[in-house]
Amino acid sequence: MLGKSQKAAHLAESVTDYTVIQGRSLWQDARMRFVRNKAAMASVFVLSLIVLFTIIGPYFAVWDNEEIDWNVIGDVRGMGMPSLETGHFFGVDDLGRDLYSRVIQATTTSLLVGLIGAATALIVGTCYGIAAGYIGGRVDSVMMRFVDILLAIPATLIIILLLVVAGRSFFMLFLALGAVGWLTMSRIVRGQTLTLKNREFIEAARAAGVSEFTIMYRHILPNLLGVVIVYASLLVPEMILTESFISFLGLGISEPYTSLGRLIAEGAGTMAYGTLWQLMFPLTFYVAIIISMFFIGDGLRDALDPKDR
Amino acid sequence: MLAYSLRRLLVAIPTILLLIVACFFLMHFAPGGPFTSERPLPPAVLANIEARYGLDQPLWKQLWDYLYNIVVHFDFGPSFKFKDRDVNDIIAQGFPISLTYGSLSFLVATSVGVGLGIAAAIKHNSWIDYFAVGLGIAAQALPNFIMGPILILTFTLWLGWLPGGGWNGGQWPYLIMPVIALATSYMGSIARITRSSMLEVLNSNFIRTARAKGLPTRTVIWRHALKPTLLPVVSYLGPVFVYVLTGSVFVDIYFSTGGLGQAYVGSALSRDYAVLLGVTILYGALTVVVNLLTDLAYAWFDPKIRY
Repeated sequence: MLGKSQKAAHLAESVTDYTVIQGRSLWQDARMRFVRNKAAMASVFVLSLIVLFTIIGPYFAVWDNEEIDWNVIGDVRGMGMPSLETGHFFGVDDLGRDLYSRVIQATTTSLLVGLIGAATALIVGTCYGIAAGYIGGRVDSVMMRFVDILLAIPATLIIILLLVVAGRSFFMLFLALGAVGWLTMSRIVRGQTLTLKNREFIEAARAAGVSEFTIMYRHILPNLLGVVIVYASLLVPEMILTESFISFLGLGISEPYTSLGRLIAEGAGTMAYGTLWQLMFPLTFYVAIIISMFFIGDGLRDALDPKDR
Repeated sequence: MLAYSLRRLLVAIPTILLLIVACFFLMHFAPGGPFTSERPLPPAVLANIEARYGLDQPLWKQLWDYLYNIVVHFDFGPSFKFKDRDVNDIIAQGFPISLTYGSLSFLVATSVGVGLGIAAAIKHNSWIDYFAVGLGIAAQALPNFIMGPILILTFTLWLGWLPGGGWNGGQWPYLIMPVIALATSYMGSIARITRSSMLEVLNSNFIRTARAKGLPTRTVIWRHALKPTLLPVVSYLGPVFVYVLTGSVFVDIYFSTGGLGQAYVGSALSRDYAVLLGVTILYGALTVVVNLLTDLAYAWFDPKIRY
C-alpha cells in the first residue's frame, strides 16, 4: 500500500496544478494588447461617458425635447443661449425647443442606429457568408454573384430609395441600413470560411461524424469571430455616418425624433444668425463618437489580428 | 488580359440590366405615386394621366418599354412632376456640373492623400508622420456634410473670402469649397492606406536589397517602392468614386451648385419616381463601369495577378 507521503502529495499537486503552466488564450492575449493601446482605451472611456450621459442626462433635463419655450422663441439669439438659469443647458434650437434634451435624444438615436445596424449586418452577413463558403460550388457562386450585384449600387442611394418607397420610420431605417451593411461582411466571412473548411480539424470533426450544421456552428464560427468583430466595430461608425448623411438631407427619421445629422443640419442652417451653439453641441458629440469608434475599431484590429500591423 | 477584360464585361452588362429591373419593380410596388394628392383626382382624369405615362399597360409591357428605351435610345422617359422636361433633360442639365467638381475633388483627394501618405511613411515616426496620421483620422471624422458648414462658417461668414454657394458657370471661387468639402474625408482614408502600404513595402526584402546595392533613396522610392505601394490605393478608387457620387448629393443641396443631387433629393421628396429611378440607374451603371475599370487597372498594375 502506498502511504500518504508528503512529498508524493506535493508532487501530485504541482502536476495537476494547471495554473502554474497555463498559457494565455487568444482572447486573453487580445485583451492585453487592447488594454495597452492608449488611444483605444481613452476612446472607450470617452464613449462610456457619452453613453452614461444619454442614460443619466434626462434626469437633469428641465425641458422636454418636444416642448417649446414660448419665452425665448421671439429672440432665440438673445435669450436662447446656453445658460443654467433658464434650464436650457445647451441653449434652444430655432423653434425654441431645448437643445439639451434634443441632443440626448439624437445621440441615443445615432448610437442605436450604429449598434443595431451593425448587429443586423453582422448576423445576416455571417450566416450568409458561412452558408455560401461552406456549401461551396454552384450555390456559392450564385449567392456571391447576388452580393456582387447589390454591391454595385451605391449604398446610400439604395437606402434613400428604400426609405422613399417604404416610408420613413425607425424600423425601416434600421432595416435599410442593415440591408446594405451585410454585403461586405458576407464576403469577408465567406473568404475566411473557404480557408477554414479544408483544414485538418474540420476534416477530423467530419470523420468523427459531427453533423454539418454543428461543424459550421461549433468549429467554423468561433474561428471567424476575430475578423467578424473587427469588421463590425468598423461598421458602427460607418452606419452612424450614413444615417447622419441621410438625416442631413432630410430623408431620415422624422420629427419629433431627431438624430445628430439632423441637428447638425439645423445648426448649419441657422449659423448665419449667430446661434452657433445650435451647430457646436451636436457637432462635438458627433465628432467625439465617430473618432472614438474609429480608434476602438483600430485597437480591436491590432489586438485580434496581430499580423496586420 | 483580353480574355479577362471580356469576361468582366460580360458580367457587368447583366449586372446593369438586373439593376434596372430591380429598381423598376421597387418603384412600381411603392405605395402612393406622384399623382396621389390630398384632393383625389376624378377617375377619368387619373386614367388619362396614366395613359399619358403608359401606366395603364400591363406590367411586363411597361418594363419592356422602359428597358428598351434605356438600352436603345438612352432615354429614361418623362418626368412625373415636370410637364415640360423629361428625365434626360434633367440629367443633361445637372450631370456636367456634378462631373466637374466631382472629378476635381477626386484629383485633389488622390494626389494630396497619396503625397501625404508617402511623406508620412518615408519620415516614419517624425512630426510629419504624426501630422499626417492625425490629419487622416480627423479628416475621416469630418465627412462632407460636416465640412460644408465648417467651411462656410470660416470662409464666408467670418473671413468673407468666398461666396457661400451657387455655380456661376464653374468659376474657381465657386468651386473651392465644394471641392474641399467633398475631398477631405476620403483624402484622409487615402493618406492612411498609402502610409500603411508604403511602410509595409519599405520593410520588404527587395527594398532592403535595393538599398544594399547602394541606390540613392530617391531611386529606391520612385523606381521600386511606389508601384507596389499604390496597389491598395488603386483598389480603393472604386469606393472613392461611390463616395464622390453620394457626396455630390450633399454638395448640390448645401452649396446650391445645381448638380444632379438637387434633382435627386427633390424627386425623392416629391415622389417623382421617374427621376429617382433614372438617376439611381445612371449612378449604379457608372459605379459598375468604374469598378470594372478599377479591376482592369489593378490587373495591369499588379504583375502577380494572372488571369
